[in-house]
Amino acid sequence: MRYLLLIYGDETAADAYPSPEDMEEYMRPWVEYGARWESVIRGGEALMPTSTATAIRVRDGERLVTDGPFAETREQLGGYYLLECDSLDEALEAAAECPGALDGTVEVRPIMDIPEMPS
Amino acid sequence: MAAFRDPDLAEEAVQDALATALEVWPRDGVPATPAAWIVATARNRALDTLRRRAALGRGLRTLAAGETGWVSPPEPDDDIEEPEADVPDERLRLMFTCCHPALAEDARVPLTLRLVAGLTVPEIARAFLLPEPAVAQRLVRAKRKIREAGIPFRVPPDHLLPDRLGGVMRVIYLVFTEGHSAAGGDVLVRTDLCAEAIRLGTAVDELMPGEPEVRGLLALMMLTDARRGARVAADGSLVMLADQDRRRWDRDRIARGRELLESALRHRAPGPYQVQAAIAALHAEAPDAAATDWPQIAALYDALLDMTGSPVVALNRAVAVAEADGAAAGLALADDLAERLDGYAPLHVTRAELLARLGRDAEAADAYRAAVARTANAVERRHLEGRLRGLRSGGPAAADP
Repeated sequence: MRYLLLIYGDETAADAYPSPEDMEEYMRPWVEYGARWESVIRGGEALMPTSTATAIRVRDGERLVTDGPFAETREQLGGYYLLECDSLDEALEAAAECPGALDGTVEVRPIMDIPEMPS
Repeated sequence: MAAFRDPDLAEEAVQDALATALEVWPRDGVPATPAAWIVATARNRALDTLRRRAALGRGLRTLAAGETGWVSPPEPDDDIEEPEADVPDERLRLMFTCCHPALAEDARVPLTLRLVAGLTVPEIARAFLLPEPAVAQRLVRAKRKIREAGIPFRVPPDHLLPDRLGGVMRVIYLVFTEGHSAAGGDVLVRTDLCAEAIRLGTAVDELMPGEPEVRGLLALMMLTDARRGARVAADGSLVMLADQDRRRWDRDRIARGRELLESALRHRAPGPYQVQAAIAALHAEAPDAAATDWPQIAALYDALLDMTGSPVVALNRAVAVAEADGAAAGLALADDLAERLDGYAPLHVTRAELLARLGRDAEAADAYRAAVARTANAVERRHLEGRLRGLRSGGPAAADP
């Protein structure tokens, strides 16, 4: 089964977005994590902070564009991994070792299997 | 002093106490008396003591049964791999699935009763005083999550086992305590829950005979259940341990419980359930309330407190110390808990009884009033108000054994 690990954290924390000098140090646990779980990781990225986000809604054919994320929350979505695992247990083990779980929250969501439509 | 001898306090403690599994070492061999059972305690040996047969849990088996395919364990060819030759009963795998931590806590008990024990939705609803649609809803949600989130249908591998087995035991014990509590509901249905919990515990014990805590849990349930016949008066009210007619205790059950406990202790890996069972065994052995081995019970609560860190266990220990070393010693320990357990009526009842015993009636009256203010159950409130009146009219002596 495929799972998405959604990594939430407090992006206003002092070390949430390190300076270029601190970047290598900051990335080390993530690099190690990626290597350790290489066999199940199918993809993943970090996101720019929510101050760069733009939300869009279309209502009655009209585009409503607003600055910022859709919802104000204490922890913000900061990145994700896509995993291919045997079961939820394996995905939970991978999630528990994710560096983002140490100071934030990692949400584990199964990817929906959509049956192929006859063409 | 009847309230002091109520093992229910201890039972309640276990429910919030099992997060930590520790070890207590008994002396070489299995001693004839519980006096030698607990010599010392140490922390965090759960991983060492929980062993699994290697073949169990090898390979992942996901549940893929349809929405309606869940009334009984799914057939082997129903998208689930054939069990390996030495994998025991499907019931065990089903238990671990039903008690998975990814399921809502309030769904694990009804799910286990429905899928493993085969109770109907109306039966579960009656036993837990819940509306049937609420139970049905929880079951539907939980079953859907098992299927859609990929919760595996298996006995967990070794490194996950201590945690998961703890979850399974917790569910079984919750079923038992629900059945044992006479706080409400149909008495007969609740007795059925006790029997069901013992059946589930027996099944897990048979399938995982190397797990001393499972056997300890089974012993605890047997020893507690043995008192059932003496526990409820003709008018339906609860009879405290000290006042129970011990001739009505089920001696066969007690013997079976002791046997299981001794067999569990032979693994030399005691944990909270085994210590609880040892306490229950001490109560069961005493010919009458006065002859209870309180110093030994206090020592066992010491061990349990080390294992769990629970303030409710600490309160039970204070009660045992009061019986063993005198009311003043017990009161000092209870007073230390006043802040942490302020909202918990038994703390105030304990203080009230000890203060009364020390002749400090005015303080005892205040403590009884604090207890009444924190008690929702009408029968218990009446009981406490009676004690309070007893104080005013010349002290609680009449209630002493």
